[in-house]
Amino acid sequence: MDSAWIPLALSLKVAGWSTAINLVLGVAVGLLLARRRFIGREFIDAVLTLPMVLPPTVLGYYLLVLIGKRGPIGAWLYDTFGVNLIFTWQGAVIAATLVAFPLVLKAARAAFENVDPQLEKAARVLGLNEWSVFFRVTLPMAWRGILAGVLLAFARALGEFGATLMVAGSIPGRTQTLSVAVYEAVQAGQDSVANVLVLITSITCIVVLLSAGRLVPGRVAQ
Amino acid sequence: MSFDVDIAKTVSSGKRHFHLRVKFQSTARRTAIYGPSGAGKSLTLQALAGLLTPDTGRIAFDGKLLFDRDSKVDVPARERRFGYLFQDYALFPHLNVRQNIAFGLTAGLRNPSAQVGGEAVDRWLRTFELTNVAAQHPSELSGGQRQRTALARALVNSPRALLLDEPFSALDSELRDRMRSELDDLLQRIDIPMLMITHDKDDLARFGEATLYLRDGLISERPAPSLLRASPSSLHAV
Repeated sequence: MDSAWIPLALSLKVAGWSTAINLVLGVAVGLLLARRRFIGREFIDAVLTLPMVLPPTVLGYYLLVLIGKRGPIGAWLYDTFGVNLIFTWQGAVIAATLVAFPLVLKAARAAFENVDPQLEKAARVLGLNEWSVFFRVTLPMAWRGILAGVLLAFARALGEFGATLMVAGSIPGRTQTLSVAVYEAVQAGQDSVANVLVLITSITCIVVLLSAGRLVPGRVAQ
Repeated sequence: MSFDVDIAKTVSSGKRHFHLRVKFQSTARRTAIYGPSGAGKSLTLQALAGLLTPDTGRIAFDGKLLFDRDSKVDVPARERRFGYLFQDYALFPHLNVRQNIAFGLTAGLRNPSAQVGGEAVDRWLRTFELTNVAAQHPSELSGGQRQRTALARALVNSPRALLLDEPFSALDSELRDRMRSELDDLLQRIDIPMLMITHDKDDLARFGEATLYLRDGLISERPAPSLLRASPSSLHAV
């Protein structure tokens, strides 16, 4: 059943990269939105949450316009580095990252807003700089909530279909992820392949969701 | 110790504005700032510690400038070296008693280990009779133990002065009296200057070597007539 494991490996690679990127970006932006007061804060939050509600095809279209060879970012990347993202697995990573980003952002912002600012003040008075306050107080108090969001984002990235298909296409072995492979298998009437792919996808997602569920009720002693 | 404070700060919440205008000098070893809830006591204490930036004015401690708007001096909280006891203690819930006490001994990116030792930590654990609960987390402690842990955490770095935010308000009345004597003894033993804010008159007799009165953001050296008449319990509602 080699034809099932190759898209699974690719899906895990794409979801892994997108989750790593979202972890860094989501924590940074989540902290910013939770702790800084500035004009347009809620507007930024709303724009960054859009991928959760927009149809993936619309996101895929936006991405094509932006990172396609004639798009502003795509043209710059091609002229400067000779890099083309369309129909590559890196393009699939960008699509999955965008779609799953709100899940990390929402979780991170809520988790940071739940950290008592008094504790951070206590750490400052005790001689810590802002980086140490973050790594020794803020993050340890918030990480359960963040991790729950990160796992959901991983599951979402693993199942990404619409935007991925539009940006990365469906090249077997190169950009054909699990969810795209299911679609292709069904279209080609290969029901046995589709069955295996669907089963693998379902099991992977259940494992991820169970892990996320265990982390959601923060068991940090209060 | 000597505090030389002359600051102003306006805090806004929605359409409400609160003006704090605090000016005092104190050379007493024990200073108490007394006032009802909402008078601006906590804001004052936070400004002294560097946790709140005043709009204008200056703060000096023992002749050293900590904040001066005009010459753009603002020593960050981490360098002011004050011990600060928060009203609800603000113990780190993810760390055990030992780690909480040792917290300020290292300034790096990592918390002390669960078995962190050292002469200072062990001495403060003994002083406050916390050795038996050293491995427990704050949620497992009694009210008195929490306060002792918070005091040990504030004192472990040998601060220049102790700032206390309503230190006994979180305790029931019986425990309050006991912790008052404990703190009194401790201050005499280690001879550290302190500044306390309180809305409890009973604190003044013991800790108010010098007492300042704060009301509606303004400080004075004499209690306002209404404060003299009012009983402490009726002040809560102000």
